[in-house]
Amino acid sequence: MVSIDVRNASVDFPIFDAKNRSLKKSVLGRAGGRITDAKVPVVEALRDVTLSLRQGDRVGLVGHNGAGKSTLLRLLAGIYEPTRGRAKIEGRVAPVFDLAVGMDPEISGLENILIRGLFLGMTRKQMESRVDEIADFTELGDYLTMPLRTYSTGMRVRLALGVVTSIDPEILILDEGIGAVDAAFLEKARDRLRDLVSRSGMLVFASHSDEFLVELCDTAIWMDTGEIREQGDLREVVSHYKGRDLFESLSPDTLRRLDLQRGSGPAATDQPTDEAVGLP
Amino acid sequence: MRTPSPRSWRRAFDDINQAIAQRELWGHLGWQDIKQRYRRSTIGPLWITISMAVTAAALGGLYSQLFGQPIGTFMPYVTVGFMIWYFISACVLEGTETFIANEGLIRFLPAPLMIYVFRTVWRQVLFFAHNLVVYVIVLAIFFPQLTRPYQMVHPNGVLHPGLSWSALLAIPAFVLIVINGLWVTLLFGIIATRFRDIPPVVSSFMQLFFTMTPIIWTTDLLRGGAPGSTRAIVEWLAKLNPFYHFIEIFRAPLVGQVQSWTHWAVCGVITVVGWTLALIALRNYRSRVAYWV
Repeated sequence: MVSIDVRNASVDFPIFDAKNRSLKKSVLGRAGGRITDAKVPVVEALRDVTLSLRQGDRVGLVGHNGAGKSTLLRLLAGIYEPTRGRAKIEGRVAPVFDLAVGMDPEISGLENILIRGLFLGMTRKQMESRVDEIADFTELGDYLTMPLRTYSTGMRVRLALGVVTSIDPEILILDEGIGAVDAAFLEKARDRLRDLVSRSGMLVFASHSDEFLVELCDTAIWMDTGEIREQGDLREVVSHYKGRDLFESLSPDTLRRLDLQRGSGPAATDQPTDEAVGLP
Repeated sequence: MRTPSPRSWRRAFDDINQAIAQRELWGHLGWQDIKQRYRRSTIGPLWITISMAVTAAALGGLYSQLFGQPIGTFMPYVTVGFMIWYFISACVLEGTETFIANEGLIRFLPAPLMIYVFRTVWRQVLFFAHNLVVYVIVLAIFFPQLTRPYQMVHPNGVLHPGLSWSALLAIPAFVLIVINGLWVTLLFGIIATRFRDIPPVVSSFMQLFFTMTPIIWTTDLLRGGAPGSTRAIVEWLAKLNPFYHFIEIFRAPLVGQVQSWTHWAVCGVITVVGWTLALIALRNYRSRVAYWV
């Protein structure tokens, strides 16, 4: 059973090399978590977060820079264990964070695919049987034998997405970086992600892109200074966060696609779609 | 909701078991590290073997003359001593860096901590395997001198029995050294991740230990001091050096020297104490490492 249960979880980072900071009055700014006044300053990146996700949930994560989105994602991925409170994650997690990190720039794309797969709990055999499929999906062709440092950001995104979507993860965790790919690939990736989520488990996705949120998610969490400000229906939460209706900014193309998928598609199932989409 | 606390033995042992299950991963990463170091070089990892051979030949040749030792027995002695010292000191030095060096992976991918410990030690084992070739060559050259009884110090030094089947004891000795390399890497890795002054401190101490440990000299030279004399005190001090005992359990069988169970006993005690400390550190600070890197 795929599930995530987080109870009153906090994530505090000790900042060992910032001792002088405590001399200044710590400030509670708009960006970033609260910084405490202790001997070793602590950044409270997440405070008292409680949430519970089940199979089939597709959650969009919104909030300002430094609101705790990435930290929450890492908590959900099991990378950070909460300093206070509890987090219980069941299911195979595949995270895609900052795309430059966690890949070795000096080795080839193929080997990076293998290593990434092994990290995500696959065996070498399983990965070898998937390599062709990944090569196909990423459209990188002969480039896969080149060292990763020769890749553009977009190509790295392709690679990372190719790996995580090929291994059937139960919990897929995506950070905002995936916007770096071109439109055609974006479409392909979107279809594949949607397909993946409907098949298996759970998606948690931090994004500033309205289109992505609407396409991939049906609920949302609004993070603000390390706390959950609001949680619930995607359109409602994002509209509150942005101060305008989520659907206003969408392109006619997207709206048409969403409308076609009403009922069966993952997006906008419990929305007053006709009114929102504004089609006859 | 029942979740074991981040600080529990169960989570610590889960970490170890999961890392053992993912041996394909750290096995691959360890190889990768070696290939990486010799990327774009024509003979690649063969350089490891060559540099070891050069060191052994130069130091073995030089010190055998300085100490007036027959080269046939001194060269193998220095070679084996260096081989195992390289392994041990690399476990200590790179152990302190094990989590710091893998910062990118630790902060972006969920994986057991022990993966990085295994990766570091496995890499050293692979280096060691490359150096082993040098021993085989040295053995082939000096086999006749090594198989009969010999003395390192003349005229009245210890009479060593020469090479025999007991050389196979080097295998369990190496296994024990690897087991110790694991706890050293784990424990020092965790401490050094929290306190970044540790790596430079450790590296300067390892310099000191290299001179204090009988690698290019032999403890046979220290024997026979009158009780209370400086020589007797220095001999006693040399035995306090934990590295001495680990070197000895591996080297003595491979060069046909007198073997002593006291070295095994000391190493056994160190293994138990070290692993206990390392497991306590793993239990208490496993979940903190991601915050510290």
